[in-house]
Amino acid sequence: MAQDLKRRAGDDDRVTRTQEMLYELTVGEVMSDNVVTVHPDQTMSEIRILMRDNRISGAPVVENGKLVGMISIEDLINALLEKRIDVPIREGMTTDVDCLYSDESLVHCIAKFYRLGHTRYPVLNRKGELEGIITKGNIVEGLLRKLEIEYEQTETKVSAARQRPAMRKFFEDVFADEISFTFKYNIVGQTLQHAGTAASELKNALKKLGVCPPLLRRIGVAVYEAEINLASYTQGGEIRATIEKWGVSVEVLDSGPGILDVEQALQPGYSTAPDWVRELGFGAGMGLVNIKKCSDEMDFTSSVPEGTHLTMRFYFTS
Amino acid sequence: MDLNALIKEFGLDVKAGAAHLDREVTGGYASDLLSDVLAHGGEGSIWVTLHIHHNIVAVASHKGLAGIILVQGRQPDQDTLAKAEKEEIPVMVSDLSAFELVGRLYKAGIRGAQAD
Ligand SMILES: Nc1ncnc2c1ncn2[C@@H]1O[C@H](COP(=O)(O)OP(=O)(O)OP(=O)(O)O)[C@@H](O)[C@H]1O
Ligand SMILES: [Mg+2]
Repeated sequence: MAQDLKRRAGDDDRVTRTQEMLYELTVGEVMSDNVVTVHPDQTMSEIRILMRDNRISGAPVVENGKLVGMISIEDLINALLEKRIDVPIREGMTTDVDCLYSDESLVHCIAKFYRLGHTRYPVLNRKGELEGIITKGNIVEGLLRKLEIEYEQTETKVSAARQRPAMRKFFEDVFADEISFTFKYNIVGQTLQHAGTAASELKNALKKLGVCPPLLRRIGVAVYEAEINLASYTQGGEIRATIEKWGVSVEVLDSGPGILDVEQALQPGYSTAPDWVRELGFGAGMGLVNIKKCSDEMDFTSSVPEGTHLTMRFYFTS
Repeated sequence: MDLNALIKEFGLDVKAGAAHLDREVTGGYASDLLSDVLAHGGEGSIWVTLHIHHNIVAVASHKGLAGIILVQGRQPDQDTLAKAEKEEIPVMVSDLSAFELVGRLYKAGIRGAQAD
């Protein structure tokens, strides 16, 4: 597999993303860094148990922080055949070790695998200290991981690009002097039992209409905060979300008691939340601040005892 | 690290969302103030809290969090579990205190957002 990748990497007329990655990824990024190492004074029979328990077929031999050799199953078999199983590793290990450096690119690394034919290489930093070990399995895993991450990123990008035109198209295709596309939710006051339902239902609806995820998230958080406030502080009210050509407008209305000092209510940390609201984790005095942060425009007015009126606007373009 | 690895490493008890444990955990947030989490919880983060009521699921869902860990062995409400299944948010329980758990998560490489 690794050899194949390398060969294809040299094939100039069609460079795939995987091949490109071979130049981008370093040995350090794909190696495994929890390495089982052995000391040269341990015996060959100890290494047998170590290999079995750790399910490994070889290990670097390290003395005083420096790599002094490699020990593999092959060395072990030789020792068995020669009935030298109780000698120290020092005498049974391979001392002429081919290494890789952690800052080398994968392309170099694969070339080395191909050329020298070992199944694993110890990885050193430029100071000569052992950092990890690399096998073909690590290379394949590293490539897959990177591919997966990139795939996910493209996927979100693609869906973001796909969605806006859907909304656009609707407004382009439909003609009327006035188009109104409104979702209305009634909110019960003085209880948090069902609070949050409207925000998540609205989010669902907007998602179906193709609003892109980042905007959806901002709308979700802002409407959730507003809904919790209605449920916590008022006799009840309603949330009205209207889809417009330019974006989404959300109005939140309640029928009292209203707020005496609106400026104060907007201050971060200001809260009059009663105990039953605080017990549920609300009352940080951050709700209105969040709403302001999430919306592109916010308008907040109130009169006592008539009630409070919050308007939020979210633009498709931002 | 993904949720599965986290669960194994810290012996977490999975209460809901067992089908969504392959999600990568990209960070962590610890808070018991929901608005605070709504403001600062990062997408893909694991959230450590002691709240057990269903509002935590809504918060996690709005912020795209990877999952919720309840501390001190606190058991989630029944409607929290139902909602978590519906919203596909994993809910897990740890016997540790928040301080202890967060310390260990940090040690395992999970980081909070830098202050903004
Ligand atoms: N619709 C409303 N009617 C009456 N008072 C309100 C209304 N919305 C907010 N308030 C008042 O404004 C204060 C601040 O609201 P905000 O949402 O910012 O914080 P909080 O609800 O106290 O805490 P958090 O939202 O962080 O959980 C509230 O404590 C409450 O006194
Ligand atoms: Mg609030």
